[in-house]
Amino acid sequence: MVQTIHFTLNGKPVTVNTEGSRKLLWVLRGDLGLTGTKYGCGAGLCGACTVLVDGRAQRSCLLPISSVAGKKVTTIEGLSSNGKLHPVQQAFVEAGALQCGFCTPGMVLSAVDLLSRHPNPTEEQIRTALEGNLCRCSAYHRIVIAVKNAAAKMRKS
Amino acid sequence: MRYEEYLEEEFRDPNVSYGITRRQFLAAAGGILILFHLRDVEAAPGRRSEGEVSDWNAFLRIGEDGRITVFSGKVELGQGIHVSLAQVVAEELDVPIQQIEMVMADTDRCPYDAGTFGSRTIRFHAPLLREAAAEARGVLVQLAAERWNLPPSALTVKEGKVLVAKDPKRVLTFAELARGQRIERRLQPRPQPKTIDRYTLVGTSVPRRDAVAKVTGAAQFAGDIRLPGMLYGCVLRPKNHYFRLVRADTSEARKMAGVRVVEQGDFVAVLAEHPDVAAEALAKVKAEWEPDPERHPPVADVDDRTIYEHLMRTAGEARTIAEGGDLAQGARDAVQVFEETYYNAYVAHCPIEPHTATVQIEGEKVTVWASTQRPFGCKEEVARELGVPAQNVRVIAPYVGGGFGGKSRNLQAIEAARLAKATGRPVQVAWSREEEIFNDTFRPAAVVKIRSGIDRNGRIVLWDYLVYNAGDRGAPQFYDIPHHRTRSTSGRSPLATGPWRAPANNSNTFAREQQIDLMAMKAKVDPVTFRLRHLAPDAPARRVLEAAAKRFGYRPAVAPSGRGIGVAVGTDSDTWVAHIAQVRVDRRTGKVKVERIVCAQDMGLCINPEGARMQIEGCLTMGLGYALYEGIRFRSGGEVLNTNFATYPIARFSDLPKIETVIVDPKPADGIAHGGGEPAIICMGAVIANAIHDAIGIRQYHLPMTPERLRA
Repeated sequence: MVQTIHFTLNGKPVTVNTEGSRKLLWVLRGDLGLTGTKYGCGAGLCGACTVLVDGRAQRSCLLPISSVAGKKVTTIEGLSSNGKLHPVQQAFVEAGALQCGFCTPGMVLSAVDLLSRHPNPTEEQIRTALEGNLCRCSAYHRIVIAVKNAAAKMRKS
Repeated sequence: MRYEEYLEEEFRDPNVSYGITRRQFLAAAGGILILFHLRDVEAAPGRRSEGEVSDWNAFLRIGEDGRITVFSGKVELGQGIHVSLAQVVAEELDVPIQQIEMVMADTDRCPYDAGTFGSRTIRFHAPLLREAAAEARGVLVQLAAERWNLPPSALTVKEGKVLVAKDPKRVLTFAELARGQRIERRLQPRPQPKTIDRYTLVGTSVPRRDAVAKVTGAAQFAGDIRLPGMLYGCVLRPKNHYFRLVRADTSEARKMAGVRVVEQGDFVAVLAEHPDVAAEALAKVKAEWEPDPERHPPVADVDDRTIYEHLMRTAGEARTIAEGGDLAQGARDAVQVFEETYYNAYVAHCPIEPHTATVQIEGEKVTVWASTQRPFGCKEEVARELGVPAQNVRVIAPYVGGGFGGKSRNLQAIEAARLAKATGRPVQVAWSREEEIFNDTFRPAAVVKIRSGIDRNGRIVLWDYLVYNAGDRGAPQFYDIPHHRTRSTSGRSPLATGPWRAPANNSNTFAREQQIDLMAMKAKVDPVTFRLRHLAPDAPARRVLEAAAKRFGYRPAVAPSGRGIGVAVGTDSDTWVAHIAQVRVDRRTGKVKVERIVCAQDMGLCINPEGARMQIEGCLTMGLGYALYEGIRFRSGGEVLNTNFATYPIARFSDLPKIETVIVDPKPADGIAHGGGEPAIICMGAVIANAIHDAIGIRQYHLPMTPERLRA
């Protein structure tokens, strides 16, 4: 059933008219032209499609577009402001926490969610929070370092 | 392409020439162009030919704005060559790396390249770029010398400028020198690249230049291409590659708004303006399949348990690929003989980005954006599919979300091309995860049989090695063994196979390093000392093993020591690696936790140390997957049962051990760089197996070493 869905996308109000059951991932990538959010498995198992909904990491490949009505959605494109990288993005760049880059948007957003709830996470907490984000290039070692560094920077400022 | 076609190191594609001529290329912009023709140049030591190429290859342009554009047919897959190749060029030209622009993996703009795989880029491609850059530097100096009427020896190059050495106020920038020039220079037989003692950029950890685009989501992958009128296509698949289509009822799919259906015999696809709509429509197609009598011979009547017997039974005559001494003598000299068999399952690639391609046909011109490791191969394949001359097809590999050998195959591009032709619209085909596994060319299931023996002094005197299906790479052993033979053969594989990260070497190293360990134990020697006793004083394996042992803080103990410490050594792409791992085994659950791993790598000249470490770390962690979890399960009849990450688990954050990497001798005198993207993965099965044995005294002969197997 075609529905009209209003929500906030990267800080701006947006309206889509589409089948309410369509998954947010495809509405973002197609109807809304934001290709930073990636398809990796379509089953919520790899985390490549992660976005923030009201600040919480969600798998957009499983989320019907109707369920974000009235909510705030943040994609990777909405993370940097005024051309300045978010501290987590900056930390990923500096630590070399990526290789092919395909899982990176999902990783970054999962980390942003974690740090908003645990500003001083242990390594164990980082690994647990990101357990649902898969990286085949297996940059895990540096991703953990990047998240720790980002946390430290964010606590300072 | 069949796996066997990838087995040889010297991968060769057919010799083809392409439409764009030298004149057209130069006409695009002025400046200085360095051309390279392989036939002009004698092979330099340490560099081998990449195969037959077309009549010219332009590698470098120095533009009239002073910018240096490097044209390379290689693909950035995540391995970091986007920056390391730029480093090599910037070093020779003494130019800030920011002045280098990389144009990669575009068949219209880049010279022919066979493909990005096999850890070949730094070994074979970088030296060509280095020489082209040295040639360009020579041209610039010569131009300046002519302008100033001075001998070239009076000049020097610094930061993108040519200066008079004794009067550095006299300066000409690259831009000034290139302006108004239309020079094409063939690479001279003996260019004079820098000696490594003068390196200021190569050997330093220049940061990745694609990182910002990737962390912001701006980096474009093949599935991010958007074209007016584009349709997304989903192809109807059987459950089994051995089946053929009986009939497909597409009536329900056709009823959906905006859906188009293409039916060409066995090839049925649905298309829509949104990929999820196309997928929904595909689910509505009712299809009947039946075993294809032409493709359903007994080779398909094998499952994941009976595969090993099957491979051995159907194997052809074995080829001897290495030998020495006399096996009969070795058998006589041995006081203990060990005969073991090692097995490993098929393994999938599982890049996070599935195979994806976007194809646009505009009149005579075809443009393909493909997630591929072989853009030029893709060009040929698409041209063949469409029945057009190859020069009409342009393939661009944008950023690729991981390859690992699996994206040498371009089936998705062929499908997209076929659909673009059928619909008259641009078409994007992006495989689902299920299709990605289903269509994969797996790392082969393999068997290795080793018969070896030690004499009364605990020296290895006999080594008789036979590998089925894995491949030759890494099969010959490198220890000091007087009587040895290495043979290789293949049985008929029911599943499609292809190159996986470090092809063949994971399987061969798993077998060899466990057999070595087994003998060490029987000889009552610790695994490090035992190996060192069988390595010459200047053996490269010795260096990495000693470095790893030192970093680990290894204290010798005969296995099984109960400590859970394992050792493994190997070589791939001329690089040597030694791993020492510490594991913890839960006897009750069978779960293995790798707590710590030290890897020492000797890769020759290390161009970018941080980049190299990133690749090692990636190899180590990715290797945990095939060591502990990954294996294709399949039923008799060829049906693969793994469908997504839940049924095909790969390494995750919770698997991450403490990792330490040592790069041994990164600035060797010969200045030659060896492979970096693959070697560190080869020891992972072996080192964990040896560590498990050290922990619980039980040896694992079968990959993956799952909890079920360990509990048994």
